[in-house]
Amino acid sequence: MSTPTIDGGALADGHWHDSPHSRKGFFTDTSICIGCKACEVACKEWNNNPQDGTFELLGSSYDNTGSLGANTWRHVAFIEQDSERIEKARESGRKLVNLGMPTIRPRTDESSGAQPLDGALGAAAEGQTSAGLPTTPELGVDLLAPGALEPTDLSNVDTTPPDTADFRWLMSSDVCKHCTHAGCLDVCPTGALFRTEFDTVVVQNDVCNGCGTCVAGCPFGVIERRDDGTINTPTDRDDRKASDMDVPDAGTANKCTLCYDRLVEGQEPACAQTCPTQSIKFGDRSDMVDQAHDRVAELHAKGLTEARLYGANPNDGVGGTGSVFLLLDEPEVYGLPPDPRVATKDLPKMYANAGIAALGMVAAAGLAFLGSRRS
Amino acid sequence: MSTSEYDSYRPPEPEGGRRKRRRGGRGGSGGPEGPGGRRGGRGGGWKNRGADGNREMPMVEDVEFTSYYGRPIVKAPPWGDEIGTYLFLGGLAGGSSLLGFGAQLTDRPGMRIASRMTAIAATGIGGAALVADLGRPERFLNMMRVVKVSSPMSLGTWILSGFGVGSGVTFAIELDRITGEKLLPLGPLRKVLHGMETPAAIESAFFATPLAAYTAVLLGATAVPTWNAAGRNGLPYVFVSSASMAAGGAAMALAPVAETGPARLLALAGTAGEAYAMSAMRKRMHPAEVDPMDDGEPGHKLHRAEKLLIAGAVGAAAVEVGARVFAKKLARGSGTTGASGVAGAVAEAVGSAGSVGVAKRSWKTRAVLRGLSVVSGAALAAASAYTRFGVLEAGIESTKDPRHVVEPQRARLEERRAAGITDDSITTGR
Repeated sequence: MSTPTIDGGALADGHWHDSPHSRKGFFTDTSICIGCKACEVACKEWNNNPQDGTFELLGSSYDNTGSLGANTWRHVAFIEQDSERIEKARESGRKLVNLGMPTIRPRTDESSGAQPLDGALGAAAEGQTSAGLPTTPELGVDLLAPGALEPTDLSNVDTTPPDTADFRWLMSSDVCKHCTHAGCLDVCPTGALFRTEFDTVVVQNDVCNGCGTCVAGCPFGVIERRDDGTINTPTDRDDRKASDMDVPDAGTANKCTLCYDRLVEGQEPACAQTCPTQSIKFGDRSDMVDQAHDRVAELHAKGLTEARLYGANPNDGVGGTGSVFLLLDEPEVYGLPPDPRVATKDLPKMYANAGIAALGMVAAAGLAFLGSRRS
Repeated sequence: MSTSEYDSYRPPEPEGGRRKRRRGGRGGSGGPEGPGGRRGGRGGGWKNRGADGNREMPMVEDVEFTSYYGRPIVKAPPWGDEIGTYLFLGGLAGGSSLLGFGAQLTDRPGMRIASRMTAIAATGIGGAALVADLGRPERFLNMMRVVKVSSPMSLGTWILSGFGVGSGVTFAIELDRITGEKLLPLGPLRKVLHGMETPAAIESAFFATPLAAYTAVLLGATAVPTWNAAGRNGLPYVFVSSASMAAGGAAMALAPVAETGPARLLALAGTAGEAYAMSAMRKRMHPAEVDPMDDGEPGHKLHRAEKLLIAGAVGAAAVEVGARVFAKKLARGSGTTGASGVAGAVAEAVGSAGSVGVAKRSWKTRAVLRGLSVVSGAALAAASAYTRFGVLEAGIESTKDPRHVVEPQRARLEERRAAGITDDSITTGR
């Protein structure tokens, strides 16, 4: 996928270029996520991940998981927004489209998805701006629109709960991005992290010594050292010492493996298989990106300009992510960094500076001895 | 805004204090929380303001950025005080090895012994601290599985190992000398060991400055906002300066005044370098990336480092001036201590009892200079330690509030867009 240059951050690339497997990835379409957390459960079950946290209520909508971590490899975010935020998101999304970014893949089917989009955007460009666009889409039935699934014969009866049009609930299942230029992989000093034949990034827990460098290296805050947690069954709980014994891979770095053990058997990852709305799609990464482009165009055509892709751009700071997301607001709303950058991109410059600094120290020491010669 | 009649009982909003955090204003959240504590970040951030019971008030956010319930975006590495200790000791060891090699070449036995002892002690304790901080300490040798240029931690392991070999050999030679060539049962190998002194000292000095500098790259090559920004804007210069200061200070404290002229000059160069590099670095960083270096406990530490640096620099300069003015008195005194090295140096520090008879009138001068040298040397070493701990903890603190991640990233994204570069955003409209 990438050229082995230190500048590209791909020095630690696995060189699987000749492997018969193509790069695998997720496309997480948050516009059809229903927040069931089945992915979280399936992930925990399959990977035998310990319990996380203290069962406290975090006061963040339906999210009591908190964040991705050593024991949580899928995390569903819940965000409640009012009409002002919706309008802002729509506006920022429209700006993104209007930036005139070069299309990432050659478009051959210009007629299908892009045509109505141009219409909507054209209207916006002609000065009607946000006032010209309806807050709820007119075109066709959209699952996102409140009340869209109401039977038509009730259309003259306002069954919409009060204020529903002014409110939306965002749900998004976050996961390891399996970056093209993976910071965690680059900085791992033991070689415990490696790139698989599926171009995913996986930790070898029998090699990792828990130095924690990868934790700092990840711009998305995904990987973490497993310092706590328990998977005790109720029968184990009488034995107080059991909690110390049965956490697998304690003290080593842990993160999503994109179910490497399932991929080698030709299966799909547990979270994708269990997702009831196909919000989590799994497949060849190039297919996932294509689907993402089609889906965002489709949503734009319905006037939902708040839709945007995250991680589909190979020119971004991490060279594109293996897990592509369709978001309905700015990334930081979901707890994602707005402009992540693999830290090892700065390494050549930093090494050069460190070299100059080191030489400067030698010079300073030399001068110090010269300066205090005794006659 | 509010419709509840009970709102009139609420204490008034603090005036103007909502946006700007004052030094130490965040109180407990700046303390050394559990390393890698996943929930650690929930304590910090805007949501926690108004902890006097009016919790809902900050829900109307007063800063520009949005976040996911104020939770951290980037995770802090599980690096605790052990790593801070190592950052300090690694620099101390590197600088001391340079001083030891120079002392060997210029015939300063007291400083040579003191520096080599410092170097090996710092290497040993620092290495042990590194191992102790691992999640699986018994697997520390896995660090030697690979040599990986893209991993500063990997290169650092090899630098530290290379340094340790030379340092260890020179230490063994000094130990053998101090014990009158009797303690170590070497036999004919003694000649071989002592013949290795210069090669080993050169080898150790070769790895010395990389050892002092690489830790800056280790912190810089991370996604931790404050460290990354610092690493891109001159942290290596801060760290080698800090190392020079620490090593110079340690030699000043441990070796006789007459011999530590180079140590004083190196320490003074270090203080000047650190003061300049630190302020230049702060200026180039985004305000949201500098904030953790000003606020809370890390801010206190860096502030303390500054004070100690100034005090130590003044003291070192005074000792240097004194040593030059009273060079003759010092030379007479140091003649008696000479090869007995550290023991003599300690005796001299106590009150130079051994040379009272030799120079009745000069012992006071020497005692004052020696005392000042010890105090200012210790201040310089402490300043270095505070700098390292301050930078380390500022980085960890910067991961706890997503503001430090989002604001600089937004700023650089907007900057690139303003410059017409629109094809490298991770968020795309199509």
